[in-house]
Amino acid sequence: MPHLPDTHGRFGPYGGRYVPETLMPALLELEEEYAKARKDRRFKTDLAYYLKEYVGRPTSLYRADRLTRKLGGAKVYLKREDLCHTGAHKINNAIGQVLLAMRMKKRRIIAETGAGQHGVATATAAAMFGLDCEVYMGTEDMQRQALNVFRMRLLGAKVTGVDAGSRTLKDAISEAMRDWTTNVRTTHYILGSVLGAHPYPMMIRDFQAIIGKEARKQILAAEGKLPDYLVACVGGGSNSIGLFHAFLGDRKVKMIGVEAGGSGIVSGKHAARFSGGKPGVLQGTMTYLLQDDNGQINLTHSVSAGLDYAAVGPEHSLYHDQGRIEYTYATDTEAMAAFDLLARQEGIVPALESAHAIAHVVKLAPKLKKSQVIIANLSGRGDKDVQQVARMRGVEL
Amino acid sequence: MSGRLEATFQRLRDKKEKALIAYLMAGDPGLVETEQLVVALEQAGADIIELGVPFSDPIADGPVIQQAAERGLKSGTTLRKILASVTSLRKRTNIPIVLMLYYNSIHAMGCEQFCKAASTAGVDGLIVPDMPPDEAGPLKGPADAASLPLIFLLAPTSTPSRRKLVAEESHGFVYYVSLTGITGAKLSNVTDIQQNVKKLKKVSTSPVAVGFGVATPEDAAQVSKMADGVIVGSAIVKRIASHQQDPAMVSHVAEFVRSLKSAMVPA
Repeated sequence: MPHLPDTHGRFGPYGGRYVPETLMPALLELEEEYAKARKDRRFKTDLAYYLKEYVGRPTSLYRADRLTRKLGGAKVYLKREDLCHTGAHKINNAIGQVLLAMRMKKRRIIAETGAGQHGVATATAAAMFGLDCEVYMGTEDMQRQALNVFRMRLLGAKVTGVDAGSRTLKDAISEAMRDWTTNVRTTHYILGSVLGAHPYPMMIRDFQAIIGKEARKQILAAEGKLPDYLVACVGGGSNSIGLFHAFLGDRKVKMIGVEAGGSGIVSGKHAARFSGGKPGVLQGTMTYLLQDDNGQINLTHSVSAGLDYAAVGPEHSLYHDQGRIEYTYATDTEAMAAFDLLARQEGIVPALESAHAIAHVVKLAPKLKKSQVIIANLSGRGDKDVQQVARMRGVEL
Repeated sequence: MSGRLEATFQRLRDKKEKALIAYLMAGDPGLVETEQLVVALEQAGADIIELGVPFSDPIADGPVIQQAAERGLKSGTTLRKILASVTSLRKRTNIPIVLMLYYNSIHAMGCEQFCKAASTAGVDGLIVPDMPPDEAGPLKGPADAASLPLIFLLAPTSTPSRRKLVAEESHGFVYYVSLTGITGAKLSNVTDIQQNVKKLKKVSTSPVAVGFGVATPEDAAQVSKMADGVIVGSAIVKRIASHQQDPAMVSHVAEFVRSLKSAMVPA
């Protein structure tokens, strides 16, 4: 497998750096600093220390016996990123990028957030290092994820609502990019997924690749063999590429990315870029997008704020075209059923995002032999979603 | 390269005048009004028209232009319809028209097809704010073949090597962004602008126009002393927005443009 991306930040035809000139010097600086940090023993030691002692890594690879019995097929393991400090894999990247920001002497951090998990992770890392932090969030998402808004504020971050477009993740990213363009000299933008301009998709993938590195060792120890399938949800695609990356060279390991099917593909209300999108440029990168014939970006829909986005990480677009990773989707209804199932069978309330991965496991496992193994990435826990689910079910808390 | 754009800068140089580049969002409030505005602004003293193509996610633009893009999209404006408007305008005016559009609008049509269509319609240049020279490869060939100059932006944060790259790659003119920020921000630090434009002019064979933050006749007068052209966007668009329902909208906007131009012409 060739080393990706190339020096222009390209994953085949995807990726690149489609940004205003004002940001180009900052992206070049970030690329250079990241290249240095990667080789710097001190940076690696610091990162490893915080991931172990602060985040709580390695996260466990848990054999979900009751779920396995219920589904009656392949053995299901869950990579427990929900056990990370702050409740999701997002902190892996936030810690890495805060350490980079400190190297670049940037004392102000900005971030966008959809479900709020990346915002919470960034606010957490910024608080731990004493940096100023401002998080942009669509007002629709602020309503869906009110708990995380309050958490970010508790952590000392300023949460700024974005009332443009669909008022979700996409609009929060645009606003964060505008802030960065204005304050680029003093500010580092911590993007939360493998999106945006180079070097973000590469750098964030590298910070998340620890998920798969751990899982590979853990499954070899537990089963003495590699898994047959990896399953993860795909919003921007950071938890999925994080799990998949260490296995890309293992030809026999099949990988499935699960996008948000929303109300179904036919309804047009979804965020399944590989089922309804085509390549284009949004927010710094060339990738698969949900767009109309004139290149205007479509509004997306998902019960899960973290998957509700019109573009997917550029590296995923390449693996899609190559057929290395299979992409499918789960609808809102399927995700909600998986949410309940995991809570009842395993005593784990998953994030609505991760419930999409579980929803696919529900479809896949029964078709496989008992000797086969699936690892699903449980990218986050569902505490943040409890209020929303209660509201959807008409329960007053 | 573009005859009209080059001829305009030459004509102004001969008169010792600077170019007033007026930005309009195509289709705000409708393309009929956009066409009327182009003609009226030319009569009011605009030398070049920068025509924005509405895009759903304009990352380089502030709220004024964003809202104009939303109105443009709401009125059903598409790139194809805008090119048809330019074709129709060419029967009435020779004012250079450069399109300002995000890369995805071009990509959706296809670089080659777009460049041919734009050139045939009578477009004189392209400004693509989310396409630095580094990513211009696929557009450059078709644009050259269609004699469409690509106008690149330079920012206060640009390093000397980027200044050189932008100066070399930019044709028609170089767009100097006066501030680290988005469109419609407040003009600041005029000394910085002056120094950066001076450095840019040393390495650029094309004229240099300054935009972002130029909002008043005073701003225009000040900036016109430093550069070959002054770009005014949000301040014009704001006036279009506040006169949406007013039958005299076009003449209000033209009046403002007249005040900008007269401030730029030395007494």
